[in-house]
Amino acid sequence: MQQISRRAALALGAAGATLSVIGWGRDAQATPDAAKAEIAKFTGGKAATEGKISIELPEIAENGNTVPLAISVDAPMTADDHVTDVLVVAEGNPNPGVATFHFTPLSGKADASTRIRLATTQNIVVTAKTSKGAFYTASKLVKVTIGGCGG
Amino acid sequence: MADTPKIRVPKTAKKGEIIEIKTLMPHIMESGQRKDKDGKIIPRKIINKFVAEFEGKPVFSATLEPAIAANPYLQFNAKVEASGTFKFSWTDDDGTVTTAESKIEVA
Repeated sequence: MQQISRRAALALGAAGATLSVIGWGRDAQATPDAAKAEIAKFTGGKAATEGKISIELPEIAENGNTVPLAISVDAPMTADDHVTDVLVVAEGNPNPGVATFHFTPLSGKADASTRIRLATTQNIVVTAKTSKGAFYTASKLVKVTIGGCGG
Repeated sequence: MADTPKIRVPKTAKKGEIIEIKTLMPHIMESGQRKDKDGKIIPRKIINKFVAEFEGKPVFSATLEPAIAANPYLQFNAKVEASGTFKFSWTDDDGTVTTAESKIEVA
């Protein structure tokens, strides 16, 4: 009798585990439009010029849970001409926002590196604002093998 | 979380040199997207802000979203003109602020 109940308990446990895996459905994704809206908020609707920004990302990210990202903006970083803010958005994550970096002339360079989560294959868009009020933009496609947003 | 951040700042630098700083804060960075086994959403809990200052002046800061990987790592630069102290702070969603300091000798 005891044997059977133990087996039943195990079966229940296994069923529970399967259910919880199925339960990790993916929530609604951000769209390129949501990313665009986020960028428009950042630029105040001003147009951004292509260029001045380099983005380092792997072409193929096997694990979307931690993808190395390095950005670098070409700027003199003097008191009257420097990059003040850099916005990073992801077009295919549940939320488009990734990070905003804030620089000062004391930064020396408008460079920053971090590690990000990517739910799926998508474009990463980087937009930079300078102290003179100019905006620059660049984007890069990353192929993601295993998504990193909890399922 | 009472974890200690890891920071790497050079001990010495030349006047006017641009140095590289690396920081890593042990933190789960719970995205608020994941569900537990009962299907309930695990509440978001992330480091949402990082600030680096040198002698009280802002050097670099970052606003972080749930798309930043666990144990947030940040690498950036600083231009140093004189000896002094860097101060770093990490702000959690729950309001906890963790700080760390590092001194640099500028010759």
